Amino acid sequence: MGSIKDKVAIVGMGCSKFGERWDASLEDLVIESAYEAFADAGVRPEDIEACYLGLLTAPTGGTGGTVVSNALKFKDIPILRNENWCASGHIAMIEACLAVASGAFDTVMAVGVEKLKDTGFPGLGTGRGMTPVLEARRTSPGSFGLIGKRYFETYGLSDKEGKETIAKIAVKNHDNGSLCPKAHFQNRITLEQAMNAPIIAWPLGLFDCCGNSDGSACAIVTRADAAKNFRPDPVYLKGFGISMDAVLPHVRPGFDWTRFGSLINSSRRAYEMAGIKNPREELDLAEVHDCFTITELTIYENFGFSPWGKAKADIDNGFFTREGGLPVNTDGGLKCFGHPVGASGIRMMYEVYKQLQGKADKPERQIKNARLGLTHTFGGPPQLSAVAIFGNEKG
Amino acid sequence: MVGIVSYGAYIPALRIDRNVIAEAWGRNAIGGERSVANHDEDSITMAVEAAANCLLDTVLEREGIGGLYFASTTAPYQEKMSSTLIATVLDLGREIETTDFANSLRSGTGALKAALGMTGCGSTKNLLVTAADQRLAYPRSDQEQVFGDGAAAVLVGTENLTATFEGSYALCEEIVDVWRNPEDRYVKSWENRFVLEEGFTAGMTAAVSGLLKKCNLKAADIAKAILPAPDARTHRTLAQKLGFDAKTQVQDPLITNVGYCGTAQPLIMLAAALEAAKPGDLLLLAAYGEGADALLFKVTDGIGRQTSHRSLQSFFAQKRMLTSYTRYLSYRGILEAAPGEPFRLFPSATTSWRERKSSLRCHASKCRQCGLVTYPIQRVCYQCRSKDDFDEVRMSGLTGKVFTFSLDNLAGRSDDPSIVQTVVEMENGSRFYGIMTDCDPASVTLNMPVELTFRRIYEGAGFHNYFWKCRPVWKGGTE
Repeated sequence: MGSIKDKVAIVGMGCSKFGERWDASLEDLVIESAYEAFADAGVRPEDIEACYLGLLTAPTGGTGGTVVSNALKFKDIPILRNENWCASGHIAMIEACLAVASGAFDTVMAVGVEKLKDTGFPGLGTGRGMTPVLEARRTSPGSFGLIGKRYFETYGLSDKEGKETIAKIAVKNHDNGSLCPKAHFQNRITLEQAMNAPIIAWPLGLFDCCGNSDGSACAIVTRADAAKNFRPDPVYLKGFGISMDAVLPHVRPGFDWTRFGSLINSSRRAYEMAGIKNPREELDLAEVHDCFTITELTIYENFGFSPWGKAKADIDNGFFTREGGLPVNTDGGLKCFGHPVGASGIRMMYEVYKQLQGKADKPERQIKNARLGLTHTFGGPPQLSAVAIFGNEKG
Repeated sequence: MVGIVSYGAYIPALRIDRNVIAEAWGRNAIGGERSVANHDEDSITMAVEAAANCLLDTVLEREGIGGLYFASTTAPYQEKMSSTLIATVLDLGREIETTDFANSLRSGTGALKAALGMTGCGSTKNLLVTAADQRLAYPRSDQEQVFGDGAAAVLVGTENLTATFEGSYALCEEIVDVWRNPEDRYVKSWENRFVLEEGFTAGMTAAVSGLLKKCNLKAADIAKAILPAPDARTHRTLAQKLGFDAKTQVQDPLITNVGYCGTAQPLIMLAAALEAAKPGDLLLLAAYGEGADALLFKVTDGIGRQTSHRSLQSFFAQKRMLTSYTRYLSYRGILEAAPGEPFRLFPSATTSWRERKSSLRCHASKCRQCGLVTYPIQRVCYQCRSKDDFDEVRMSGLTGKVFTFSLDNLAGRSDDPSIVQTVVEMENGSRFYGIMTDCDPASVTLNMPVELTFRRIYEGAGFHNYFWKCRPVWKGGTE
């Protein structure tokens, strides 16, 4: 496989306020993040040559790339919508980077957006298909919850120890989210609160589940060699990886529910392209797909942040807190920042971009000397994973 | 010689103590408990269960079954055959007889007689007869306490018989005593004394007497009189009037612990009688409904051959109590609980039809190259990538163990909110992913043994949708 390391750079980003945006339409959310990104990059809408959209669902069917052209009055440029479950935004961004690296375009935009709060339902993903096959009244928490009991069993954790371990992830992410003005939830919680919260899909309680939010995030991408014409501190794409498992994990014979091929392979490819040998040591921060706390725990191990079965020790030691060896989800993650599906991947990049520039919105949550950051979304049943790694220097 | 090859009943796991119903209305209870179909069960799913139970002990391959009859007054469709669905789910062949029998509590014995006729005349070598009912009585009515839900199946054939068919007698009596109009939800009935005296007792008496006379027999010659009745007292009176000894000759009407299961009741009681029968026993089976049917069977030396099927005793013993009358009303759709999260994508009749081998026949693909078994069917093998090179293998009837699970409180019905999402490691190495039913969610554990059961899964697009679920393995025998 080839590499596009250091070939493209982000020169501007925007992110809407996430949350229950009863006031805002899909188009309003696009406008909010896009105009922040235009201003940040110092470009005008007419400078954008192509647009890559990440959008999973829409309040109504049949929403194509036109949602962006309608909102931003883009005239006569290609707008490509990508739908890949929760990785939609990530993959739209990777498509944007590949387009620039190919030489087809110089300056493009990637935007992710989702409007979940118009559906009238507070959760995500009930009902998957037009036939009963594989249709088990499956919700996202019910589906990801399947990892929990199996993980506890595999590594000898009692239900209580297991619940407590993942509850600590929720406490950490709430602590991080409390410092983020754009996050959906900005409250701190205690371990007791997390442990005693109502059960959504056992073993997952309320605080093990991410916010179901509206929001949008946007990136302006250009050639790395032209990036400094836009700004002095562009952020470079170091590597990416996208991987999909070949069959639904639920029906895959022999699957152990702790080691996900898509996670392992997508991170490995991204590390290879970025030249990372030891992610635990080399990464300065990571934004990973904590749709549920158990997912974040699984990612620690599948991404090589923690040895297999040892995530609990790292969690107990605070390794993934802002002060720890590898801060994870410094903006509160999906848990607190919220999870408007198509927007999430690009929202993570917004956090990494700002951290790598030393421009975190509140100084108390700025990671010192951050040089290399990872973003990641994990999508579908879960079956597909997308990773991107960014750095603030070439080379 | 034509007769019964094998038999099997099905009583839903849920029971409601009749005191619970009575207390809700400030009435007296008639005592005992009644069976209640779960909210994911109906006459079709119960018939599937009974039929699968009936086939457990037969030497016949499913492909060797000549046809399937289904009798019920509560088929899910007014127009559309149910026996085709039941036959498909049982994975029977396609070149078979299927017919639905309906509209009378006598349709169960009617289907049985039709099967005996079709088989006896050599038109088919055997026929599987199923009967199931889930009748709704008016809330607060006596019938609400008496009625039960259940099913039974009998395989009729000419070889390996458990009981031979010795004769029948039928009486047609036009009477409006118990009925239901197309627009009615609940069973209606005329004044009780008229219904029981001029309808039920007169009809059953005439039919039983007629059969005995026709076969030149006396009441004392009968080993067991199987007399399904709408209540225990009427049953006692009838048996006494016909001269059967209450202690030795009368089959338990199952009112106390199951209830009156309509069309299915004669065949459920027949199954119970066969479970206790000895070679040479004469069994007299009668059924009422605008007149009555009476049939005579003689038990053969083949009795006792059914060793692995689920006995009535096992159904009596293994149950889950429904402690809420409100929930009973909601399960039957009489009360409308707050809806759960609806399915956004409505089912498609086309897609359901196209995927019937996986979703109805419960077929998995077994790769001819590497042997991997995957459910549902995968055209390209996950393991070795061979394309369209697999055999279809049937998953229903297999057991498995819970590999992992979650208890999803978000997506269930509001009257049964906790959905047990389950990944099952099946005994053939495949994985089944689905909902666990008929279980206590709090008691689910890893490695718990489960089996597959065919259930109604959701409503949408104006037709009924069924799929497989898993449930804790029922322990066999008569504990």
